[in-house]
Amino acid sequence: MANNAQTPDAILLQNYISGDETALQILIERHQSKIFGFIYSKIPDRSVCDDIFQDTFIKVIKTLRTKGYNEEGKFLPWVMRIASNLVIDYFRHNKKMPYQRETEEYSIFDFMTDSSLSIENQLIEDQVYLDIRKILDQLPEDQKEVIKMRFYEDLSFKEISEITGVSINTALGRMRYAVINLRKIVEKNNIILTN
Amino acid sequence: MGKLYAKKRQSIKEMKPSKSAVSFILSYSQAMKIVKVGTHTFENIVN
Repeated sequence: MANNAQTPDAILLQNYISGDETALQILIERHQSKIFGFIYSKIPDRSVCDDIFQDTFIKVIKTLRTKGYNEEGKFLPWVMRIASNLVIDYFRHNKKMPYQRETEEYSIFDFMTDSSLSIENQLIEDQVYLDIRKILDQLPEDQKEVIKMRFYEDLSFKEISEITGVSINTALGRMRYAVINLRKIVEKNNIILTN
Repeated sequence: MGKLYAKKRQSIKEMKPSKSAVSFILSYSQAMKIVKVGTHTFENIVN
């Protein structure tokens, strides 16, 4: 173990790639304090830091196993860079409010929408409701009654049948004919009921 | 004698990951096997 303390990182990495698992353990023990300290300086939450520390070394392991080790770079700065990117990812994922910067290409008002109707659309909507009321008046009384109870008073067919003194099936039948007749009137008079 | 308002600096403990985190990494390293087939690379976790 005394030798291990002096073994350079590059040799330990080569040993690890060759299959020596203890080399990784030595590397972790050697650098864990700096790497974990760096993560903790950005995110002061031990459990999150543990997760990021783990993810950092998982990336290290995967890269070493698949691509090998590039001796041009020093091991610790490389690992710190991976940890730094994971810290940035963590903040990106945890951003509660999306941040949009206004540029010359698009204005902030391009993606801000107003859910309320415009004055024009409000007028159209009022006109549609008025047209529907007028069409309803053309229906036979029993069909008009079912439509009003179901859609305007929000009653169930059971309640409608109890109030009007007919069976549920009769109430359903009246509704069916009411809808068919409404469609016929709309088609005949070329009425547009859309906003 | 003047009162000292400066706080005594607390000794900073060496920051280390939990033992379970390190243990997980070592277990992962042992279990992970890379298989290369042609241009494809497959990762296997062998329990």
